[in-house]
Amino acid sequence: MSEVVISAKSVGKTFGSGADKVTALDDVSVDIFQNEFFTMLGPSGCGKTTLLRLIGGFEQATSGQILLEGKALNDLPPYKRPINTVFQSYALFPHLTVRQNITFGLEMQGVARKQADDRAEEMLELVRLAQYGDRVPSQLSGGQQQRIALARALAPAPKVLLLDEPLSALDLKLRKEMQVELKRLQTETGITFVFVTHDQEEALAMSDRIAVMKSGEILQIGAPREIYEAPTHRFVADFIGDSNFLVGNLVDDGAGKRAVKLGGGQVIELTQDVSSQRSGEVTVSVRPERLGLVAESQAGDNQLVGTVSTVIYFGTDTTYQIDLGNDALLTVRMQNGSGAKADFAQGERVGITMSPDSIRVLAD
Amino acid sequence: MGNIIRSKRFWLVAPAVVYIGFFMAVPLLQMAYVSMLERGDYGGVNWGVFSMDAYISFIFERDLMDNLVVNTDYLQIFARSFGLSAMTTVFALLLGFPTAFYISTQPQSRRNFLIFLVTIPFWTNILVRNYAWMLLLRNGGLIDGALNWMGIETGGLDVLYTPYAVSIGLTYTYLPFMVLPIYASLEKLDHRLVEAAFDLGADKRRAMSRVILPLAAPGIAAGCILVFIPCLGAYVTPELLGGGKFMMIANLIGSQFGAARNWPLGAGLGFVLLALVLISMMVYSFKFKSLPEESR
Repeated sequence: MSEVVISAKSVGKTFGSGADKVTALDDVSVDIFQNEFFTMLGPSGCGKTTLLRLIGGFEQATSGQILLEGKALNDLPPYKRPINTVFQSYALFPHLTVRQNITFGLEMQGVARKQADDRAEEMLELVRLAQYGDRVPSQLSGGQQQRIALARALAPAPKVLLLDEPLSALDLKLRKEMQVELKRLQTETGITFVFVTHDQEEALAMSDRIAVMKSGEILQIGAPREIYEAPTHRFVADFIGDSNFLVGNLVDDGAGKRAVKLGGGQVIELTQDVSSQRSGEVTVSVRPERLGLVAESQAGDNQLVGTVSTVIYFGTDTTYQIDLGNDALLTVRMQNGSGAKADFAQGERVGITMSPDSIRVLAD
Repeated sequence: MGNIIRSKRFWLVAPAVVYIGFFMAVPLLQMAYVSMLERGDYGGVNWGVFSMDAYISFIFERDLMDNLVVNTDYLQIFARSFGLSAMTTVFALLLGFPTAFYISTQPQSRRNFLIFLVTIPFWTNILVRNYAWMLLLRNGGLIDGALNWMGIETGGLDVLYTPYAVSIGLTYTYLPFMVLPIYASLEKLDHRLVEAAFDLGADKRRAMSRVILPLAAPGIAAGCILVFIPCLGAYVTPELLGGGKFMMIANLIGSQFGAARNWPLGAGLGFVLLALVLISMMVYSFKFKSLPEESR
């Protein structure tokens, strides 16, 4: 793995005191690597923006410390950190032209006028707004302002670029465009991006690694595929994509493997390495698209069997709700390929196929 | 439909238009007329006898040979008034900006209270407040006494009845007019812009000079106008704190209608002042038209 750029060590942050005390971050530790697109994902109030503002220097940590390339940042004010931010509201200076906005940071570093202007042109080309240098921000559309905010933050070549939900104000189409754009900028500049969002799709599309946060804690850190395929917590599985949750008891299948026995008596085999220490009731998750349906007659022993309760046709795929009995419902999403798969009707008895590696036992 | 409603709405402003139109425009025209008449020997004017003497005598006087020679007395009073008003505006700005900035950084509930405090002096009559300043500034007065008590021998402060006393009094009187518009523009200022400046490497001083001050400029300009123009027309303060020894434009105009019995000159001086004020306003609006829209 490449070098660590930002390292948060047991960082805590509380606001207010006494009865009004709010814990925004609770003992968070994370390493962010060189040239990485790192995303902090979570619902509002999970502490992701607070962590970003701590890295930027806009807030002071209550406990723990944040290191930049091994050096503690603690009391360094924002203007002394080689870290720049793209703000949610863009925060472009309305009294300056686009070019002056971009050269602002360079000027503060004492870069000569000519060089700063050259750099501004370079940045304008990078964000594909080469003709817009002489305009003022109010003459630009939201998407254009967004790009200028990026150009401004990238111009001083920071070690780390912080992005605070920068796409949330854009409409869907523009947001998709900017996702690609951001990924391209990150690759081209080689700067570490730390991105904050509550949009799981955005996070999956752009990130090298994602930290899923909840109530001031990081629940899971991993590559998008890992987060999606192997969620460790119910919250993670639920927040990112759709998931089925089944409750059962951990048992040994006799052949030295672990399995989960559901309330109805069916047993689901596991390939996941579950500690032998664990026993008793657990929750497992499985993605709807990782499940398949077969006619009941084709169902093997120990296979889950249920009744189709709802069929929803989506064009590219069809979603079935399967009643397993004992109040257990499973959602199954099947692609409508050309290889005419069997259609299942409401009320039909079906067997459910699943590969053991798509079953994840979640942490308590 | 919309047009009918819009045209009917005109009647909402009609009373104000009539009131101002009549009670401001008519006397103004009357004064313009008076300024172009011959003065009456015992005050008043000779109605119907036109003369440009008032405007000529602003700059020239007639010597014994009836030749026009330059007389700078009135010009000096004008220059002095402009200088003193400018000085007062600078003082008010130096005191007012930090005050407004401090208030704008306070929590909302506190801000309202502090703004309320700024407006408290308006509750007292301006004459009373100026007399109070006389008590403060005079030799042996409160300030002089306090300094002496602290062991600083002033030998009499000798401030009262000087331009400084007038400027102190004017600064005090018009300070709220500086604080309020600056506060209004600072309050609107998006705090994230200041954060963005910090983020891009600006320390506090440069965040102030490069972001906060330019964005507060319209408020600062409005404050300066609201202080500078009433200062030019100040009457009571120079009369009391300047002790009549120190004349400003308003006192000069007043004296022309009173003791000097030269109505046309008084009216003429009023119009010269009006012209100068209008010119400075035009310069202001021209300067701020060149700024980007959002910061206005």
